[in-house]
Amino acid sequence: MKKPSLGLQVGLTILPIIVSLAITAILIIAAGADPRAVFEKVLEGAFRNSRSFANVLNFLIPLTLVSIGLVVTFTAGLWNIGVEGQMMMGAIFMTWGALNLTLPEPFQLIAQILIGMLGGGLWALLAGILKTRLGVHEIFGGVALNALANVLSIYLISGPWQPPEGGSVRSTVPFRPESLFTVIAPDFSVSLFALLIVLAALVIVWLALRGTRWGLQLKATGKNARSARLLGVPTTRSALSAFVVCGMLAGIAGTHRAITVYESLRPLASGGIGFLGLLVVLLAANRILLVPVITFLFAVIVGGSTRLKIALQLDSSLSGVLQETLVLMMLLFAGVRQRVLTRRDTSSTPEASPSTPAEAAHE
Amino acid sequence: MEIELHHIHKRFGPVHANNDVNLTFHGGRIVGILGENGAGKSTLMKILSGYQPADSGEIHIDGQRVIYHGTQQAIQHGIGMLQQDPLDVAAFTVLENFIYGQPGGQQLPRKAAAEQLSTISRRFGFELDPDTPCYHLSIGQRQQLEIVRLLALGVKTLILDEPTTGISAEQKQILFDALRELATKDGMSVLLVSHKLEDVIALCHEVAVLRAGRVVGAKEMPATTRQLVTLMFGQELAPQTRTRENLQGRPEAVRLDGVTLRGKRLSVENLSLSIRAGEVIGLAGLDGSGQELLLRACAGLVKPASGRLYLGGHDMTGQSYRQFLAQGVAFGAAGRLEEGLVGGLTLTEHIALITETNTVIDWGRARQHTADQIKLYDVRGRPESRIETLSGGNQQRMLMALMPQKPLLLVLEQPTRGLDVDSARWIWEQLFTRQATGAAMVFSTPDLDELVTYSDRILVFYSGQVYEVKDATRTTIDELGRLIGGHFEEQTQ
Repeated sequence: MKKPSLGLQVGLTILPIIVSLAITAILIIAAGADPRAVFEKVLEGAFRNSRSFANVLNFLIPLTLVSIGLVVTFTAGLWNIGVEGQMMMGAIFMTWGALNLTLPEPFQLIAQILIGMLGGGLWALLAGILKTRLGVHEIFGGVALNALANVLSIYLISGPWQPPEGGSVRSTVPFRPESLFTVIAPDFSVSLFALLIVLAALVIVWLALRGTRWGLQLKATGKNARSARLLGVPTTRSALSAFVVCGMLAGIAGTHRAITVYESLRPLASGGIGFLGLLVVLLAANRILLVPVITFLFAVIVGGSTRLKIALQLDSSLSGVLQETLVLMMLLFAGVRQRVLTRRDTSSTPEASPSTPAEAAHE
Repeated sequence: MEIELHHIHKRFGPVHANNDVNLTFHGGRIVGILGENGAGKSTLMKILSGYQPADSGEIHIDGQRVIYHGTQQAIQHGIGMLQQDPLDVAAFTVLENFIYGQPGGQQLPRKAAAEQLSTISRRFGFELDPDTPCYHLSIGQRQQLEIVRLLALGVKTLILDEPTTGISAEQKQILFDALRELATKDGMSVLLVSHKLEDVIALCHEVAVLRAGRVVGAKEMPATTRQLVTLMFGQELAPQTRTRENLQGRPEAVRLDGVTLRGKRLSVENLSLSIRAGEVIGLAGLDGSGQELLLRACAGLVKPASGRLYLGGHDMTGQSYRQFLAQGVAFGAAGRLEEGLVGGLTLTEHIALITETNTVIDWGRARQHTADQIKLYDVRGRPESRIETLSGGNQQRMLMALMPQKPLLLVLEQPTRGLDVDSARWIWEQLFTRQATGAAMVFSTPDLDELVTYSDRILVFYSGQVYEVKDATRTTIDELGRLIGGHFEEQTQ
């Protein structure tokens, strides 16, 4: 297969961005606003001051963590829709630690993070076992486990973990100060430790996928599990390990989100970040080094659009429209590109359609 | 209606699936299209019915050249094909499927359509209740619906691909009666693709036989199973070239004790077998007669329902495929890119999967290793090439490079499928360098020459039963033909 020309490559990468901006602009005009003002306000909302930029970073941290995890499951050919519930389980487990453990300053938080990883990892393992042992497709298993994690959080908040004053089904008691991340500055409430965890996760997963036997086996399993198995790859173990790694990273993400945003456990604390992570990875075509770039873009859009309501009387869900249009266009153009490439390919061998989303979007 | 096929060619990558096929089909006759798996019969029928175009060649109907794209146009020319899996929408009722299959679709008056459906059904004794949803129908009934639909579309030539697979004896009788009536009363041509020889003998007026993409024979019926098998596999065996070693005293590599294997369609009961190191066992039989069950059991991919299986003296019954691998089994499946190679991975990545056993992969070493293997096995490709960009022959060479050098047992499903003579010979050379190290070998092939040339013993499978030919060098095409056709009882041990 011949590589497409550079012009074509660049064009197919930039065009979807331009098209989705144009579509969003048309929608904004239809809503009676000025697109340029909207984009300016979004940027302003994200970078106006240290507080607003901290919001962007605190959204970026969990989103990047789940996206890195999802790169692992996509590599293994798995659609880990259950990532949202894995975040929730991470938050739930972490809350158990926050409410029941009393350790000196740094160890309290570290223990909570580890317990959160355990929660997310176990919940993901469950989705994996459902798939590999019982033949439940990970999408259906994941959806069910997401719902279950949410119901469990509501039960715990309104039952065993109800605050002593009672009455509230909205959250547990606020966590003690030792349970929280130490922030860089009062008006820049971002944890350096959390940022370092993200960086470490990125580097470790990148290296592991590139340079280890585990990463290669994962890739082989994702591309063709039957052949991989015949070549001696333990495909079931590969798939399960991908689930667990993703679940652990989602567990940290859920932990960070509950601690940073709510300082307690709330229902739906995961806030759709897991699902957004799926879009990030699709957009990155499973290339892990693109993940932080895209999560930053998404965090700016989400963080910045909170200003829209105040400044332009536009609902902040507009940011969602922009994101999703972007993803749709990227996938569309990935399809166009695939077609351009196959048309150039003269081989007449009928090829099986790509089975994984990562493959469909890949290169 | 008379259909002529002129010089039909079709290639799939390295496989010449149809190689200059010339055939004529006359109205009023039922023609059996025979051939082993991979002989090209399904390809040819798909071309005739518009599912895929030929690379070159012409189709003439009643002396006129016709060109059509897609099945709809083929049906307009009067040619319709019944797929192995009938094409209906499960959630729709019989009548809805019947209606939506017609041009004009939903606009058709329901009542007239129902009338037409029941008229045609009644004529052939098909029991099709218009209001039953299709998911309640048996395969046989879905087939009947498809036939009715094609007849309502005015088809004059009906192609059936393995129509008797998965239907009851009673439905088979109804189907055969209907086909006979269509041919003799309505003057239609019926083309029956099958490797069930008893069906062909019961139904057909003539047969055309394909082998390796070519038409190798045609015959007016009646004929015996034996004659048909001879047509399918050829007249004479190639001269013996391989010298057999004396295997007495060699250690036992594989032993099966009363092993029963259950497949989807048939089972192999109570098979006992001992294979010595260096011994080569060929498995013969029409496709799907049970030989694939034995192969996969030897590789640990099918677990015996009962009995015990030993490898090199170790009881491996019920162990996993990976434990079989660790014990020294090498398995080569018939489909290369489906089972064996991973599309999307490079050659180096394939080699690394096999050779790099440390946690961290040394890519430099893996690359060097790959470059060495490429040279050794003469693969046309570079270490960083993705496997799917290689030609079929080179993929097969790569598969050989991935096989262990000194296996205990080689298990091979049609190791030379789709390869030309030279590539096939090269593959056998490679296999025999392994056999020379003491590896036992079990392989299946539809090619009788290959069987007698390379096997020490041959096991012939017929619907799950097994007959052993103890000395492959002394068998005859006649004997093998009889056995493959299922006539075990005429053999004197």
